[in-house]
Amino acid sequence: MSTATATEGVELPAPEETTLLSKGRVGMACLILTESSFFLVFIVAYLFYIGKSLTGPYPKDVLSPPIVNTICLLSSSITITLAVRALRAGNQSAFRLWWLSTILLGVEFLVGTGLEWRGLIEDHGLTIATNLFGTTFYSLVGFHALHVTIGLALLLAVLLFALAGHVASEHAERAEVLSWYWHFVDAVWIAVFTVVYVVGR
Amino acid sequence: MRGDGLSASLPVHPVPDMFSPVSAPAESIRELSWLVFGISAGILIVVVGVLAYCVIRFRERPGDDREPPQIYGSNQIELAWTLVPALIVVVLFLATARTINELELRQPPPGALKTTIVGHQWWWEIRYPDLGIVTANELHLPVAGEGKDRVAYLTLESADVIHSFWVPQLAGKTDVVPNRVNGMWVAPREAGTYLGQCAEYCGTQHAHMLLRVIVHPQADFDAWVAAQKRPEVVDAAVADGRAVFQATACVNCHTLGGTGARGTFGPDLTHLMSRETIGAGAAENTPENLRAWIVDPDHLKPGVLMPAMKLDRADIDKLTAYLLTLQ
Amino acid sequence: MAVIDTPAAGRATTERLPLSAVLHEWVVTVDHKRLGLMYIGSGLVFFLVAGLLASLMRIQLAVPQNDFLGPKAFNRLMTMHGTTMVFFVGMPMFFGFANYLVPLMIGARDLAFPRLNAFGFWMFLFGGLLLYFSFLGGEGLYGAGTAPDVGWFAYSPLTSRAFSRGNATDYWILGILASGIGSTATALNLVATILALRCPGMTLAKMPLFVWIMLVDAVLVLVALTPLAAAQVMLLFDRFLGSHFFDTQAGGSAVLWQHFFWFFGHPEVYILILPAFAIANEVVPVFSRKPLFGYPIMVGATLAIGLISLGVWAHHMFVVGLSAAANTFFAASTMLIAVPTGIKIFNWLGTMWGGRIRFRMPMLWCTAFIVEFVIAGLTGVMLAVVPFDWQLSDSYFVVAHFHFVLIGGLLFNIFAAIYYWFPKATGRMLDERLGRLHFWFLVFGFNVTFVTMHFPGLLGMPRRIYTYLPGRGWDTLNLIVSLGVVFQAIGVLFFLWNVVASLRSGERAGDDPWDAWTLEWSTTSPPPAYNFETIPVVRSRRPLWDLKHPADPDWKYE
Repeated sequence: MSTATATEGVELPAPEETTLLSKGRVGMACLILTESSFFLVFIVAYLFYIGKSLTGPYPKDVLSPPIVNTICLLSSSITITLAVRALRAGNQSAFRLWWLSTILLGVEFLVGTGLEWRGLIEDHGLTIATNLFGTTFYSLVGFHALHVTIGLALLLAVLLFALAGHVASEHAERAEVLSWYWHFVDAVWIAVFTVVYVVGR
Repeated sequence: MRGDGLSASLPVHPVPDMFSPVSAPAESIRELSWLVFGISAGILIVVVGVLAYCVIRFRERPGDDREPPQIYGSNQIELAWTLVPALIVVVLFLATARTINELELRQPPPGALKTTIVGHQWWWEIRYPDLGIVTANELHLPVAGEGKDRVAYLTLESADVIHSFWVPQLAGKTDVVPNRVNGMWVAPREAGTYLGQCAEYCGTQHAHMLLRVIVHPQADFDAWVAAQKRPEVVDAAVADGRAVFQATACVNCHTLGGTGARGTFGPDLTHLMSRETIGAGAAENTPENLRAWIVDPDHLKPGVLMPAMKLDRADIDKLTAYLLTLQ
Repeated sequence: MAVIDTPAAGRATTERLPLSAVLHEWVVTVDHKRLGLMYIGSGLVFFLVAGLLASLMRIQLAVPQNDFLGPKAFNRLMTMHGTTMVFFVGMPMFFGFANYLVPLMIGARDLAFPRLNAFGFWMFLFGGLLLYFSFLGGEGLYGAGTAPDVGWFAYSPLTSRAFSRGNATDYWILGILASGIGSTATALNLVATILALRCPGMTLAKMPLFVWIMLVDAVLVLVALTPLAAAQVMLLFDRFLGSHFFDTQAGGSAVLWQHFFWFFGHPEVYILILPAFAIANEVVPVFSRKPLFGYPIMVGATLAIGLISLGVWAHHMFVVGLSAAANTFFAASTMLIAVPTGIKIFNWLGTMWGGRIRFRMPMLWCTAFIVEFVIAGLTGVMLAVVPFDWQLSDSYFVVAHFHFVLIGGLLFNIFAAIYYWFPKATGRMLDERLGRLHFWFLVFGFNVTFVTMHFPGLLGMPRRIYTYLPGRGWDTLNLIVSLGVVFQAIGVLFFLWNVVASLRSGERAGDDPWDAWTLEWSTTSPPPAYNFETIPVVRSRRPLWDLKHPADPDWKYE
């Protein structure tokens, strides 16, 4: 079956133009879709159990909004966008700089979360087993932090490849796809922040 | 066969047939089901009829090799067979919504007989809060008069996992869920014994959580209530059996009238012998079975949560004799 | 082994390799065709095992107060039967047929991510083996070990540590979590393949409807499976970390589990049945010798079913005590989904109408499918009538309903698919005579069992009970239900005989034994590892029709 074959002089029309998407982009979009579904369930559980804990500690007693962490994490979305742009333009040093900044901002977020948790556990005695607040808080924030960690591991791998000279502008789409994952993690944080530190407190 | 003496003359309906309802919610449901069956039968006949026609009329004939006319579709036909089912769906939905509203009753109406049903693994605790009675596995009700305010209202709770209260001739089922209070109502208009059982898988002996609803004429129901309210029978002849009961761990799980036993994990035994079965249907309530139950309940109802008490023969004889007096 | 072996490029087909080398090839393969066959083969093995479990259950239930199985063993078998059939038979059938056929139908060489494909299969298999390993713990195989005994939907708080001691529930969680990861990976792979690798000229509007349905099905998997994983993780936290997601003692909600589970569970049953629709969409037109009636509407109906299926979940919870408003809403959405489903049935009839129908095995199965599926759909609509559901829920009526969907609907079309595409995968036809014996025994036995099964439900028999008292009106009915199983088993045996015999000495098939119209029939049987010598170019939904009828091609009319 080829374009050229025409049987008995019948002229074949040109085949219709197909819009094919890049498999990397589609794959990442699918991953984001399925992970959104996963987080949705934890968010629903959090919302459902607001105000239902039988014993304390309660959110308003122990939670304070992690402003610095949030600013860092959301800024990292900006830095990673700049990194991808730089890579596309072939600017290696700018790419590495912005990519590294993203990683550092992400690390700050994780450290901040860890410190917050230490405070909650040691100072207030709140664990996942304490009450419904503890259960839903640690699981929701924890799974988000887990996704940040995985993202950082992937970003670090790319940084190491870049430092070894293996990342060039033809890999820009792959970096972009990875940045989509990172943006997703940030978007989830916006939802988590709203639900935990605004609505639930 | 033991029992309360009042149910002996009542007809027993052994088949829990939802199409022989004796009570209001079940009757409304049966009415609705005729509409549903009618619509379904109609659709089935049409579809299978068209299919049969195709199979016969459009079968390939030997020797005929031509391709038939290649038809790609028809917007009018698509519209027709979208609109007609949509209309059927609307009709069915309206009937459904109306019946849901008719049967919904979140609070007991004034004048209702209030009962509380608590599901346990694997038996039913039945309380009459206004009458001060607690029994197990058998729900006794008076025949309801005309009018919805003479209903029996069942508050439904669970002590452990999810169970479901289902007596098809009276009403649809409603689950009993821990940490949640559900409610349903029935208005039985015919005396008799009606059967049901737990309808939500709740563990090993889900199959043996049987329900008997015994509907009495009003006077007989009052007599039953009076009998249940009587204090525990104290028969001096079985005093040593009573002593065995009080000394053994029985009191940790069972409540028994005047003995001071206030356990709530197992059924209230004050009027044990007024019931027809042991173990929520696991066995008929006869002296032999009662004795066998105490020796090793797991033998009659494998997986049951009551342990074998490992008493010696003499103690078991005394205990059985004592329990047999508890009318 | 050489019959279904697609020779790796560069090796002559007549070379016979030692068994270890052949096994090695299959274990390390990333070829979608081999992975597809492995999915289908594994699914069939699990099907036989789960069918055996069901047969044991039916022996126990054939007479009242039977002592063939005790309650513990019965409850474990009941749970394993359901869990296996849904997760380890239905799902691999979807992934297997999608894997094998989608690249061939869109003119591609493989899935978008071949290594991810292999990962997905092995995770699925690992999950299944982990689940079945549970039979070996505790009392061992005889007492059904520590196999899960909480029912395939594992309601809380029955699954909490307090009420499910030991690790039975944990096997249920972990087996499904593991295979769920594989399912998500393969679904992602299918979506990427369909959106990125179609051959020139194949716009979305020109894809075989089979591919459309696999696309919608894969998206449903992506949306619906992670909620189950989330709920299972929550249960795992409750059981091991002392959290309180479903802990009613700490104010938790038992009903929350049901919402989460059924938010997955209802789309899941559409995930299972959509492949049956996909198969009908290919078989019915070819054997009626007409194009599928109403292709655009069929696409629309598929999308509608996919979308609405996400909004009907609480029809599994009508008896839990939800508000009248909630019950009414879910009754409406459930009845609504009947409309696009009905449209599909009518379009298949429209395809057959005016055709020249050849009743070879695939078409026999599809015809039976239409009848059984209509019945299944109608009993489903009955269950959507909430007050009627208050009687029928959790009874044998529901069990009869969903077996009509999954056996009469899904399994019959799986057999249609096997008879239809076995020649493509192996180069040999399945035998028609053995096929007819398979068909008639199975269809007869199925109807004896599952038509009858509605009636104990209508007479008040609940599900998941290991025995029942005599005199309830259930005795004879249960005996008939159990006897039907004998015929079904004989039918399945004829099927197995057919497969084995045809692999060895079946009639040679050629590229296109059915005179069909989609791209998989344009290549050899079996296809080479690279699928097509040159990537095809298409101009219509039926590229091979265009080739065979150059004076009257589809692209003139579409």
